[in-house]
Amino acid sequence: MTILLYLIPAALALGFLGMVGFLWALKSGQFEDLEGAGQRILFDDADAELREKRSGMS
Amino acid sequence: MTAALESVPVAFSDAQRASACAHCGSPLTDASGDSDFCCTGCAGAHAIIKGLGLERYYALREKAAPAQVAPEDAVDWVEFVQADVQGTCRAELLVDGLHCAACLWLIERALRAQPGVTQARLSATTRRLTLAWSGPAEKINDFAVLISRLGYKCLPMTADGAERAGNTEERELLRAMGVAGFAAANIMLLSVSVWSGHVGEMGAATRDLFHAISALIAVPAIAYAGRPFFRSAWAALRRGRSNMDVPISIGVFLALVVSLAEVARSGPHAYFDAAVTLLFFLLIGRYLDLRARGFARRTAQRLVAWTLRPVIVLTDQGTCQRPAHRVAVGDRIIVAAGERVPVDGVILDGQSSLDVSLINGETLPQAAGAGSTVFAGTINLDAPLTLRATAVGSSTLLGEIARLMEAAEQGRDRYVRLAERVARWYAPVVHLTAFLSFLGWVFIGDADWRSALLIAAAVLIITCPCALALAVPVVQVVASSRLMRRGILLKSATALERAADIDTVVFDKTGTLTLGQPRLLPEDAADVEALELAARMAARSRHPLCKALHAVRPQVMPLDGVEERPGQGMLLKTPEGEIRLGHARFAGATATSKSEHSELWLARPGHAPLCFRFSDTLRPDAVEVIARLRDKGLRLIILSGDHSTAVSAIAGALNIFEWHAEADPRAKAEMIAALKREGRKVLMVGDGLNDAVALAAADASLSPSSGLDIAQNAADAVFQGGKLSAVEEFLRVSRRSRALAKGNLTLALIYNLFAVPLAIAGFVTPLVAAIAMSSSSILVVLNALRLGAGGRKGATL
Repeated sequence: MTILLYLIPAALALGFLGMVGFLWALKSGQFEDLEGAGQRILFDDADAELREKRSGMS
Repeated sequence: MTAALESVPVAFSDAQRASACAHCGSPLTDASGDSDFCCTGCAGAHAIIKGLGLERYYALREKAAPAQVAPEDAVDWVEFVQADVQGTCRAELLVDGLHCAACLWLIERALRAQPGVTQARLSATTRRLTLAWSGPAEKINDFAVLISRLGYKCLPMTADGAERAGNTEERELLRAMGVAGFAAANIMLLSVSVWSGHVGEMGAATRDLFHAISALIAVPAIAYAGRPFFRSAWAALRRGRSNMDVPISIGVFLALVVSLAEVARSGPHAYFDAAVTLLFFLLIGRYLDLRARGFARRTAQRLVAWTLRPVIVLTDQGTCQRPAHRVAVGDRIIVAAGERVPVDGVILDGQSSLDVSLINGETLPQAAGAGSTVFAGTINLDAPLTLRATAVGSSTLLGEIARLMEAAEQGRDRYVRLAERVARWYAPVVHLTAFLSFLGWVFIGDADWRSALLIAAAVLIITCPCALALAVPVVQVVASSRLMRRGILLKSATALERAADIDTVVFDKTGTLTLGQPRLLPEDAADVEALELAARMAARSRHPLCKALHAVRPQVMPLDGVEERPGQGMLLKTPEGEIRLGHARFAGATATSKSEHSELWLARPGHAPLCFRFSDTLRPDAVEVIARLRDKGLRLIILSGDHSTAVSAIAGALNIFEWHAEADPRAKAEMIAALKREGRKVLMVGDGLNDAVALAAADASLSPSSGLDIAQNAADAVFQGGKLSAVEEFLRVSRRSRALAKGNLTLALIYNLFAVPLAIAGFVTPLVAAIAMSSSSILVVLNALRLGAGGRKGATL
C-alpha cells in the first residue's frame, strides 16, 4: 500500500493545479463574457494584418 | 459638439463622395482624388458588397445614418473618459442594439481601424465597450458618432456602487465554487475508496488516514467556500430572522464538527464529502440565481442620454449653453429643429411642428406656433423655436411621469418570490426535525449524545435544500436563455413568476401593435414618375411623412435647391414653375378627403395635384397572435393615446372589442390599477413614455426594443424584432417555467419525505447521503432542462 504515499499527493497536486488554473482564469477576466467568447471564434481575420495595412497606408 | 459631428460626414451622397471614402465615409487623406477609398480595406469591403449585389446597403445606410446622429443623441462623452499620465485615454460605454457576432466584429474592427486606438473590446454579455486610445480625450465623441453611424446606440456607463458590488459578489461566488469543486472532487475520491473499503478489506489505519486527509482538505475549503452562506445566515440571525442559509450553515458546520470528532476517535463515518458537495451544489444554485438577477441589474442601469444635452439659453448678453438641470423657470431658451424640447414651456416665437409621440403616442406631428404649450420630451421637427420655460426638471410632465413610475415600481418590488415563500416555512421545520431527532435518540433511544448528534447532522444534511436551492434558479436560467434565443431579454428576475398568472393583456397601439412608422399605402405608389419626384423632394426632410416617402424610393438622389417651409411642406422653384410637396392647402389641392390616413400632396406645373396617403401598419403577425391569445381565454384591451378614429380602425382590424383612446399617461396607469382592483392580473405591452407608468404599474410588462429607453427600463422584459409573437412566447415560457419550478419543489419535497425518516432512524451513512443528494440534484436539473427542449419542439401554452 506504500504506493498510496505517492498517488494521493500526486492526485491532490493535480487537483490543486486545476483549481489554481481556474482561479487564474477567473482573475484574468476569462469568465467576464461567456457569450462573446463563443462568438469570437468566428472572427478569423487577424488583427495584425489590419494594423499592417493601416501603417502601410499612412 | 456640433464640431465633432461635422468632422465626420453623415450621409455619403454624390456631392460628398469626392472627398470621402465611398465605403466608410471617412475623409480622404489622399488629395489627388485618384481613389474613392481611404484604404485598401474599404476598397476590398466595397468590392465584396458590390460583388454580392448588395449596393443597396449604401442606400439603406445613407437613409438610416442621419437619423442615427440626430442631435438628441449627441452627448458630450468627454466626461466619461479617464486619461492617464502616458497620454492614454480609457472609456467604457454601453452599446445598445447588439444582436450577434457580426455586431461585435463590426464595432470592434471599425474602432480598431481608427488611428490611435489601442484597445476596443466589446462584451456580448454586458454590452460594455472598453476603449483605449492615445491622443486627446475629445476623440471619444468621434468614436461615439462612428458607433451610431454603424447603427448602434451608445449609452453612458455609470459604474455605480450597486454594479460594482454585484460584480464582486459574482466573482466571489465563482471563486468559492472553484474551491468547493476542487475539494468536493478530491474528498469524494478518498470517500469512494473508504466506502468500497467497507465491503473490502481496507484496514482501520488506512481509513483513518483517508479521513484525516479529507479533513485537511475540507476544513479550509469549507471555511473559504462557505462564507457567502455563513455571512447571510449570521446577518439573518442577528436580525432575529431565519432564511434558507441558516439550516445550510448549521448543517454544514455540524457535519464538519461531528466528522472531526469521528476522525479524532477513529470512528467509521465521516461526512466531509457530504458537507463539501452540498456547498458546491448550493454555490452553483446561488451563482445561477445571481446571474439571472445580474442581467436585470445591468439593464436597469441605462440612462436616458438626452437629458445630458446642454440647452441654449437666451440671456440679455446673447446666448449661452447650460446643462438642462440649470435652466430656471422663466428662462428663454432656443430649441433647434430636430432637437428634443428640454423643458415644459410656452412658445414665444417660431412656427414649427412637434413630434409629440413621446407624450401621448400620436403618430402625426402637431403644428405649434407662438402661444402654444410644449412639453419636455417632444421633438421640434421643422424650424427653431423660442420658448419660455414654465416647468423644469422634475416638475415637468416628463418628471411627473418618472415619479409616478417610481411609485408604481415600488409596489412591484414587494412581490415575494416562490423560493422565498417556501424557504420561510421550510427552515424552521428542518431545524425542529433535527433537534427533535437528537432529543429523541438521547432520551427515548438511549443513545449517547455523540451518536445522537451524528444522526441530527445526517438529518440536517439530508434535508439541506440542495435540490430546493437548485430547483428555482435552474429553471430561471433555462427559461431566460430560451427567451434570449427568441430575442426576448428578461430584465427582472421575478418577471417570469409574475407573468405566469396573467389573464389580461393590455396593448398600447402605436409602436406596439403597429410598427410605429407611417408607410405609404401601396395603391398610391402607382405613378412611378411622380413618386420618384416626390421622394427626391422629400429626401432631405426630417418630417416623418417625408421620411416614409423617401423610404419607398431610398436610392433616389435628393434634389438640390429644395426649400422646407416649416409646418407646410417642401418647395422647389424650377423654370417651368413651382413644385410643391406638403399639406393639401400648401399644394393647392381643394378636394381634401376626410380619411383616417395622413396625406402628402404633390403639385407640379401641368399636372393635377396628386395625393400620397400613409398609414401606420400593423406588425406582420399581429392578427394571428391576437387571435391566438384570445383563444387562450385572455382578456385583450387596447389602451392608446391616439385619436379614437385611429384606435377603432386598429381595434376593428384585430377584432379587439375593448379599447380606450386619448388616454394620457396618468389615465393609462389608472386604467391598469382599476383592472388590478377587479382582481385581474395584467400584462402591459407598450413602448412609449406615455406607457411607462402603466408598464411599471402592471403585474408584468413587455416593451419592444424599438421603444423608448424609459419604457424599456420600466418593463420586465424587452423583445427584439418586428414580431408580436414575443408576447405569446413570454407568456408561454413564464407558465411553463412556473409549472416546472413547482414541479421541482415537489420533487425535492417528495425526496425529503422518503429520506428524512431514514435519517431519523439512523440509516443514513455518508454513502446514502451522497447518493440521495446527487440523485435529487440531477433529477431537478434534468427536469428544468425540459423547458429548453420543449421550446425547440414548440410546446403549447
